[in-house]
Amino acid sequence: MIGKDAVEETAYELTARASIEIPDDYLAGVEKMAETEEGDLGRFVLSSMLENWEAAKEDRRAMCGDTGLPRYYVKIGNEAAVEGGFIALEAAIRRATARATHEIPLRPNRVHPLWRTDHNNNVGINAPEIEYSFEPDAEWIDITTVHKGGLFGTDYRMLFPGDGIDGIKRFFLDVLVSFGKRGLACQPAIVGVGLGGSKDISMTLGKQAACLRPVGDRNPDPAIAELEEELKALGNSIGMGPMGFVGSSMVVDCHIEVGYTHTGGMPISVHCFCLSSRRATARMFMDGRVEHRTDPKWFTPYMRREGVEWTPPAASLKASG
Amino acid sequence: MDAAGGKLKSVRLTAPVRPEDLDALELGAVVYLDGVIYTGREGFYQRIIGDGQAPPVDLASLSNVNFHCSPAASRNDDGTFTVGAVTATASFRFSKWIEAWFALSGCKMIIGKGGMSEADYKSYFVPNGAVYLTTVGYGTGALLGRGIKRVRDVHWLDELGIAQAMWVFEVENFGPLLVDCDRAGNSLFEVHNRAMKAKIEAAYEGLGKPALARFGETDDRGEELI
Repeated sequence: MIGKDAVEETAYELTARASIEIPDDYLAGVEKMAETEEGDLGRFVLSSMLENWEAAKEDRRAMCGDTGLPRYYVKIGNEAAVEGGFIALEAAIRRATARATHEIPLRPNRVHPLWRTDHNNNVGINAPEIEYSFEPDAEWIDITTVHKGGLFGTDYRMLFPGDGIDGIKRFFLDVLVSFGKRGLACQPAIVGVGLGGSKDISMTLGKQAACLRPVGDRNPDPAIAELEEELKALGNSIGMGPMGFVGSSMVVDCHIEVGYTHTGGMPISVHCFCLSSRRATARMFMDGRVEHRTDPKWFTPYMRREGVEWTPPAASLKASG
Repeated sequence: MDAAGGKLKSVRLTAPVRPEDLDALELGAVVYLDGVIYTGREGFYQRIIGDGQAPPVDLASLSNVNFHCSPAASRNDDGTFTVGAVTATASFRFSKWIEAWFALSGCKMIIGKGGMSEADYKSYFVPNGAVYLTTVGYGTGALLGRGIKRVRDVHWLDELGIAQAMWVFEVENFGPLLVDCDRAGNSLFEVHNRAMKAKIEAAYEGLGKPALARFGETDDRGEELI
């Protein structure tokens, strides 16, 4: 049994780590871009960011003043159980968010959309969002928190099959150009692309592609992996860099996730996960162990399953000889 | 367009700022501040300019540097404040208030994120002797947070909440900031926008036209978007 108090402590710790510590994969990606960035101003921006991430860790203060919208992704092993069930887990996550907001501190960004009421704790109606997925043959739960900035760098569009790869590239460029100017996308970013699904799912997939896959990760479909590389190169070829200054660093990496969609359409979303790519994951085991990491491992083979029945990869390999 | 030799010029100024310091600021120079600055964003401007309420304090005697910001901060039980990270919010959203704001506040320096339009700079900043500095990144929240030495006051905290209240900060070596608008009203961002136009056009070259256009790509509501 996974204890509910342990869930609250873990969610609190995750919130602190996400807001203070830049993930290693993204840090390495930006360090690499800083070496090749062509603009003097762009290089200054990137070196300032590297210095900033060091300062955040030294001081144990949030890396960015806009601490984003804290939210959670919970992956539940099919054999795992939580004390008090998932109602208790949700209560623990909400309490941890409120306490962490006050103590770290985070900026209390969450307000009512109409009345702008702010409880100063990042908790409210439908907030923080908690999304769930499941994993076969596992006795653990993974809790991931992501604190993405909210205003710029994301867009959605209904494309059509005839728009093809050209249409995907055009929309990808539209988002980078429009939000890249003045640096509103807080680039260079991990750019997530959601393709297909129903309209809302194309948004969800794109956001998860940006926020839940580390730099260097490739889609298991080789053709999609190739498109990820191609879009990354395209984004870095427009002559724009950090803060929208003339330069070369826009896309630290590009991740594409797909979902089967309506036969007449090709919905697409593009999301930029900013220079403060706040994410942290913990795996909680039934025996009380907790392991922290920065790779959410959200898109498992089970998540991307294609057929009617779930066939584990090893079994499907065996079956195909 | 980058500073000569790849090394950016760096200056340290004291707030309130003096006109002669601003005259010398060049586009793209790096600035660090000491002194007193205060924050403002939509809740604050709406209250003062939109609703016509008197500012909670005499602004002109406080400082002439206004920061588009709300901090990651909390109020402690003893009434003091803990300020963690601090970054700016996108400034162009406050364009509709800027003319009235200068008249009312006497501000000479606006600090924010992403600048405002060159048209705003020419129309409102230049006649008021003001400049605009942008934060860097975005954002260098931990570095800017280090630069805040003391919270002198927080106004309208109960009315507007932590994120929209007016914070008065005493700062030291507060930066880095970049000059986006100089005294002539030039915009660094727009200089760079113009410089990259051809390369952006080239990236689109050869891509097919979308099957369905949408409003926003045209201003003509009578046009059919297919």
